[in-house]
Amino acid sequence: MNIVACVKQVPDTEAQIRVKADGSGIEEGGIKWVMNPYDEYGVEEALRLKEKNGGEVTVISVGPARVMETIRTALAMGADKGIHVQDAAFDGADAYTTAAALAAALKDLNPDIIFCGQRAIDDDQGQVGAVLADLLDIPHVSLITKLEFADGAIKVIRPIEGAQLLIEAKLPCLVTAQKGLNEPRYASLPGIMKAKKKPVDVKDAAALGVTPAVNMKVVKFVPPPARAAGKIVCGDDPAAKAKELARLLREEAKVI
Amino acid sequence: MAKGVWIVAEQRDGALRKISYELASTARKLADVLGEDVCAVLCGSGIEGIAGQLGKYGVDKVFVADAPALEPYTTDAHAAAVAKIVKENDPSILLLGASTQGRDLSARLVGKLHTGMGTDCVDAKIVDGKLLLTRPMYAGKCFGEVAISSFPQMATLRPNVFPAVENQKAGEVVKFDPALDEGKLRTKVLEVQKDASGKVDLTEANIIVSGGRGMKGTENYAIIEELAAVLGATVGASRAAVDAGWRPQSDQVGQTGKIVSPNLYVACGISGAIQHLAGMGSSKVIVAINKDAEAPIFARADYGIVDDLFKVVPELTKACKELLA
Repeated sequence: MNIVACVKQVPDTEAQIRVKADGSGIEEGGIKWVMNPYDEYGVEEALRLKEKNGGEVTVISVGPARVMETIRTALAMGADKGIHVQDAAFDGADAYTTAAALAAALKDLNPDIIFCGQRAIDDDQGQVGAVLADLLDIPHVSLITKLEFADGAIKVIRPIEGAQLLIEAKLPCLVTAQKGLNEPRYASLPGIMKAKKKPVDVKDAAALGVTPAVNMKVVKFVPPPARAAGKIVCGDDPAAKAKELARLLREEAKVI
Repeated sequence: MAKGVWIVAEQRDGALRKISYELASTARKLADVLGEDVCAVLCGSGIEGIAGQLGKYGVDKVFVADAPALEPYTTDAHAAAVAKIVKENDPSILLLGASTQGRDLSARLVGKLHTGMGTDCVDAKIVDGKLLLTRPMYAGKCFGEVAISSFPQMATLRPNVFPAVENQKAGEVVKFDPALDEGKLRTKVLEVQKDASGKVDLTEANIIVSGGRGMKGTENYAIIEELAAVLGATVGASRAAVDAGWRPQSDQVGQTGKIVSPNLYVACGISGAIQHLAGMGSSKVIVAINKDAEAPIFARADYGIVDDLFKVVPELTKACKELLA
């Protein structure tokens, strides 16, 4: 089985995000970079699928030189080989361009199944997986929390508002992983040692034959709007404070 | 030249979802600035009758694809239908809901229409004849102003943020043939398992009462449930509570959980870790109940009580019950 896991390197969830003074981006200094948490679920599921059914797991990422660290993390978890799409032309790329780069890099691999995170926790767009599937002309199912494979098809669980769906898809297919799918493993020390020797293919835009064209652009980054200082309901008696809060919510905020 | 503000309306089980009216009203506002029409696309089976309801919220024309293969929703079928009618008509703007379905469909359409899109927007306006979007990034730790240079300029709108405003227009219903190729419908919904509790999903809730690490255990959520019942609220949880196994994954609010924007968010025993604040920061009114006066949640809260939640929450339930009686 030819299994692919797409990963993105993002700031850690605990990272403070500071906007550059000119609004052109965020300050990257001091940020701890990690594998996008949703992609970790994808890598883990890819490895489990391989362990059960045999095959090979290729991990792929688009981004600057520091991204190699995240690719090595996936290799240390157990992926077999890596592809690093690295080209300054892809900095600030929109979802379509990123997906086009991934599609070009994966085309010759003929993947049976591709895992992506349901969204990256930096730009929060959640588009690349679906666009990649469309460019490769394969179906996709997003936000899955369970996957079973048998007889050339997968059955997945996809939660929606107020229900969950059991969906069947024939391979090749792309799925996007949601929290709840699994508990990603940690890389073991022998895994980390082995990862250093695993092959990673580095490709640029020219090698992929992709011309980056950015249709969606963040013209300005701004800090979140400041909230006016709140009102602390004071006093010693919890019951009196609760009563006053209820009154404020009803009469002042008018939300209950 | 690309012209017209379009929306993809959302229905489930033959009823339009609230986000459809929010989309229609927003589209109307944008179209009035541009001097253009609002069109909606509605896909499903046996839904022709409800299409006209969109006229009440400012839609001039509704393109309806009514076919058995369009129910229940699958990405392949809906994306093919919407892409076909959109390509034939070349609108300048295309809006969808940032609901589970809208996020899935819109992303696939970005591929089919080869365009750009801003996801989960909290503001949309016209500047110099073009769409300018505002959307949270890094789960709301910063915001991006987004412009799209291709057509249609696509966006998904965060539910519960844009007002639904009645503004009667023709709502003329036009049927179209989605021309679905059965061989291209590659996924199949085998089963729809409905949540029997009937609770409103967190992303659609008007009021949310959430409990965090301070709840100390599963059994203590009874007081949260009671307050939620009185307020007609949905119960949420912080990552700490979910990771501790006290609440199911589907209850998690935060950067790696659900992004919510209710009218009222009551945080009980939640310290306000940055990844939690990211998930509920766009709530209209935030209440914090926590015994630690230094908890970061108080910096974001509109109203706060510094005290033991086990004493305050039951009293709050009682007070609300009396007020709402």
